[in-house]
Amino acid sequence: MTAMLNVKDLRAYYGQVQALHGLSFSLNEGSLTTLLGANGAGKTTTLRAICNMVRSTGAIEFEGKPIGTRSTENVVRLGIAHVPQGRGTFTNMTVEENLQLGAISRSDKNAIGSDIERMYEHFPVLKQRYTQQAGTLSGGEQQMLAVARALMLRPRLMLLDEPSFGLAPLIVRDLFRILGKINREEKVTILVVEQNAQLALELADQAYVIETGRIVMSGNAKDIANNEDVRKSYLGY
Amino acid sequence: MELFANQVLAGIATGAIYACMALAVVMIYQAIDHLNFAQGEMAMFSTFVSWQLMQWGVPYWGAFVLTVAFSFAAGIIIERLLFKPLAKAPILTNVAGFIALYAIINSVAGLIWDFTIKQYPTPFGSSPFLGSQLISTHQAGMIGITLLMLLLLFFFFRFTRVGLAMRAAASLPESARLVGINTSWMIALGWGMASAIGSIAGMMIAPVVFLEPNMMLGVLIYGFAAAVLGGLTSPFGAVMGGFLVGIFENLVGTYIPGVGNELKLPIALALIIVVLVVKPAGLFGRAIVKRV
Repeated sequence: MTAMLNVKDLRAYYGQVQALHGLSFSLNEGSLTTLLGANGAGKTTTLRAICNMVRSTGAIEFEGKPIGTRSTENVVRLGIAHVPQGRGTFTNMTVEENLQLGAISRSDKNAIGSDIERMYEHFPVLKQRYTQQAGTLSGGEQQMLAVARALMLRPRLMLLDEPSFGLAPLIVRDLFRILGKINREEKVTILVVEQNAQLALELADQAYVIETGRIVMSGNAKDIANNEDVRKSYLGY
Repeated sequence: MELFANQVLAGIATGAIYACMALAVVMIYQAIDHLNFAQGEMAMFSTFVSWQLMQWGVPYWGAFVLTVAFSFAAGIIIERLLFKPLAKAPILTNVAGFIALYAIINSVAGLIWDFTIKQYPTPFGSSPFLGSQLISTHQAGMIGITLLMLLLLFFFFRFTRVGLAMRAAASLPESARLVGINTSWMIALGWGMASAIGSIAGMMIAPVVFLEPNMMLGVLIYGFAAAVLGGLTSPFGAVMGGFLVGIFENLVGTYIPGVGNELKLPIALALIIVVLVVKPAGLFGRAIVKRV
């Protein structure tokens, strides 16, 4: 297996404050990887650094190309979809417009309509609400919409920032089931940042544990889930 | 009753001027979230360009199209050169930039074309419209052009991909970048469009107020009043606001003794303050609600 995303010695800064202290990891093509850690460990910053939304140094390579100096929109145009924390829903636009926006950088306009239909198959609830203002959707529905919007890019890699945040457990299960399906069926490589470690480890095949801006543990998701010490010291369950 | 109806009609006729200008104001507000104080001067300069073209023998509609194209390009160039470097600066820095631009354009226009008042032609003629003394064919044409611009803007924002991208960039820049939109260019495009709309407003207004470097001073304040009244987030609201300000101004002048021409401008300013206090989102605007 070849590494699709290679991150080496990533350091990120908010003003004078350093948030990441030399992070290195890689994602295999087709894998579903989770990045775990407590509040403030640097999970969100890692995702933001990949998309160049925070000042950072180090080497980030996507499919062999260095992307560290590209602007956010140009990183996205390479096929890296980012579902941000808080979902980033265009709340004053309709569900369908949100999906259209997901595909706005694509040039194959004719395929967009059928892709929207495909999203309605993955997320039937969106179909019922397609003319509705996205802001009127429930939290769970907005998260589905955010994932669907990201998929409209036809991404090679999808980054998700705490998709379970604020959602009811049943909805989270449903969402994670769909993420697994997308990973298998549409061959989208996924990196999901989570605080809900138990569920994320069930879903993922690879896992990294991050603490105060450093990777402290990595490996097979099952091994990490079964390792009592790791669970107690880093994952808290 | 007839007096009332006549004053309303005359108000709509002057309101068309404000509606035109308000449309340009809303356009730039959508793109950059600020009011551009130099908007009126940019429109005035464009109008002088069209006048110069006509002096050189270009027919009216030819000059019209060339001027709109020139203004679109000029709007983009101004954004790239002056306001892109200020994108992350505080609002006050931007305001200083707008005021500088205002002064520069005003003086340069005076330098090139001097400050004497010039006649400006109308393509619609100035005979009474449908036999009414209160509204001329030019004013009717101006209302038509304003409504046509509104319609085109509606279709542009509702049904084109660029329009959708511009709306996305204006409402949530970070999310817009995450779907691959170059938000910086969307802002430049907004400047170009606002400048082009402003130039049309200028060319429509000039036959009424005559052409000179200070022609837009009062008009811009009325345009702001109209945009604030209708709602800064709504092009439709801005146009309606324009007509309402025109009607309001006329009715107050007619029925409240002592309000002559001298007090008309304070009325517009008072209207801005009242709307901002009572209904900040304007009549047709969308109140920005944030979940916390």
